[in-house]
Amino acid sequence: MTTLTMAKAINEGLRQALAGDDRVVLMGEDIGTLGGVYRVTDGLQAEFGPRRVMDSPLAESGILGTAVGMAYRGYRPVVEIQFDGFIYPAFDQIVSQVARMHYRTGGAVRMPITIRVPFAGGIGAAEHHSDSPEAYFAHAAGLRVVSPSDPADAYTLIRQAIASEDPVLYFEPKRRYHVKGDVDVDAALADARPMGTARVVEAGSDVTLVTYGGVVQVAKDAAIAASDEGISVEVIDLRSLSPLDLDTVSASVRKTGRLVISHEAPLSGGIGAEVSAAITERCFYQLEHAPVRVTGHDIPYPAAKLEGAHLPDLDRILDGIDRALDRPNSLTGAEER
Amino acid sequence: MTIDNQPAITHRGDENPIDDVRLGELNLGAIDTVQLLTPTGQRISDLRYDAWVSDIGDQQLLSLYEDMVVVRRIDTEATALQRQGELGLWPPLLGQEASQIGSGRALRSDDFVFSSYRENGVAYCRGAGLTDLVRVWRGTAQSGWNPYDINMATPQVIIGAQTLHATGYALGIQADGTDSVAVAYFGDGATSEGDVNEAMIFAATYAAPVIFFCQNNQWAISEPVTLQAQRPIAERAPGFGIPSIRVDGNDVLAVLAVTRAALERARNGGGPTFIEAVTYRMGPHTTADDPTRYRDTADLEKWKAKDPISRVEAYLATAGILTPESAEAVATTADTVAAELRAGCISLPDPDPMTVFDNVYAEAHTGIARQRDHYSRYLRTFVGGDDR
Repeated sequence: MTTLTMAKAINEGLRQALAGDDRVVLMGEDIGTLGGVYRVTDGLQAEFGPRRVMDSPLAESGILGTAVGMAYRGYRPVVEIQFDGFIYPAFDQIVSQVARMHYRTGGAVRMPITIRVPFAGGIGAAEHHSDSPEAYFAHAAGLRVVSPSDPADAYTLIRQAIASEDPVLYFEPKRRYHVKGDVDVDAALADARPMGTARVVEAGSDVTLVTYGGVVQVAKDAAIAASDEGISVEVIDLRSLSPLDLDTVSASVRKTGRLVISHEAPLSGGIGAEVSAAITERCFYQLEHAPVRVTGHDIPYPAAKLEGAHLPDLDRILDGIDRALDRPNSLTGAEER
Repeated sequence: MTIDNQPAITHRGDENPIDDVRLGELNLGAIDTVQLLTPTGQRISDLRYDAWVSDIGDQQLLSLYEDMVVVRRIDTEATALQRQGELGLWPPLLGQEASQIGSGRALRSDDFVFSSYRENGVAYCRGAGLTDLVRVWRGTAQSGWNPYDINMATPQVIIGAQTLHATGYALGIQADGTDSVAVAYFGDGATSEGDVNEAMIFAATYAAPVIFFCQNNQWAISEPVTLQAQRPIAERAPGFGIPSIRVDGNDVLAVLAVTRAALERARNGGGPTFIEAVTYRMGPHTTADDPTRYRDTADLEKWKAKDPISRVEAYLATAGILTPESAEAVATTADTVAAELRAGCISLPDPDPMTVFDNVYAEAHTGIARQRDHYSRYLRTFVGGDDR
């Protein structure tokens, strides 16, 4: 075991992919000489050269469109979108081209493209640097969407994403970049937890708390706080947002009868809505309470000094747990709306 | 082209209204236009490009002529199939035969084409099967062919998106160290798209072996080229650091010559070239379009006089190559091709409903697996659905 930050764990995964397959090519803004604005690609251009680790012009659609062409030629591009809020210029190439090329060509042309996206808030950044756009991509057929929450998973998932024959959106929670954890860098990929699966990170029996990315640590903290009040919380890290591992979530909800879903992204049309609907369909008779969502509001990402009023924090998640358990909560006495 | 029905727009710092520029006309603007065969069939010399077609004798020109006639016949037949309800839609290339055959016949089999949906003439040159040309328009598939079988990507519907794909593919060629070339085909409308401009930046930055082949056919559905460009389109590429050639797109010989020159440049590490082939879309945008709503028939008549096929016909007739017998042979070939196209089209089977789930992903996906299973169960609830 090696102790690595999440940023370093991803870096190590990229290094191994570059070393193991000369068809792997990295492309993005500032990823070469600088090593990325978060240093995730630090040292890789020096090691593999400017044609394997390419600094690109400042054009996100250009990055994704050329990645499509490189994949057409048999390469496995790993592209970086510098910040979540910069992905929108590439949206057309991602959903109209990357996502559909395999389907369009009847399986003839594969798009093994990994799209790395530093995402979400909690770091006091300027506008367009804290977005959580994952639901747009989870809605687009043909894409896989994953998000790690700790260094070990980050290391596993980036290697799996690059190895996948399908395009993968890899959302990196920026606020977890510098948190350290144990990583087995020699672990064989074949033995790793499969990419499309969720993970029970804390076992519990009273309520199931489902989340992903940067909120996983908040959820774990909330579980500890809840246990002080005698509430046993089962925390599930989805890891994969497309496909969703509904088997793991429904197995938990059948046990607990209560479901809370939390994410930073806005409420409406979010991952929480999909999990809520899918679990209600599967576990209607086991649910003791309607699923509860604790998410960002339906607002544009606010100014840095206001992000505390937007992000689901420990207390808001505890309040959601209270709602799911029919304990006194913020909506007690109000109509559920 | 006539743009008399367009408002005269004056742009800042320029006292000349844009309709003085006549973007679709030849020999206007700062860049000259390559022409080797005039509209009346005169072979004229251009010392820069003669050598590129020195191997094209009368028999070779007859072969290019036949290609153009066949492709026009395919176009006519497909349009008829649409009118008869056998195709949902068809995008005619009428008038653009020289641009497509001249460039398409310049390519090597290991070059790779990324085109829009109108390049059926290029697809024909690449070796696409006749039935493959109509699968998409009959609605039985979203790609007419396996791109790797003929080294031509599935024609792109999103305007200009394929220029980036060609550039990325060219980067792959470069990394592989081979001397193949990627060719992006697009129209005058596409030049307004960000992707086309980004593609030129990427191609120039990395000196990618790619050709940007723009068929300026004067119209993006109803919008004249003057809505996309205030100067000849060929003038844009040099600003990106890309050499540019403007060619008479209705002159198959000139198009062949400039494309060969651009290919050779790319093969030798010279990087990208931009070609503006000035031509005219003589038909509608698609069979669903009605060009009488937005353009003058006088315009069409003027361009009929510059028809890409008739000028070769005139040349070959004067040269004594095109005799009534050889003309008859070409026409018979075209009719045979059309009959084969028709037979292949109408015998295309409808795909099985369950195939909607195929190839969404290359690897197993639990969400798709669930929906496939459910839909299959649903279909089995119908009489006769037991075999699914």
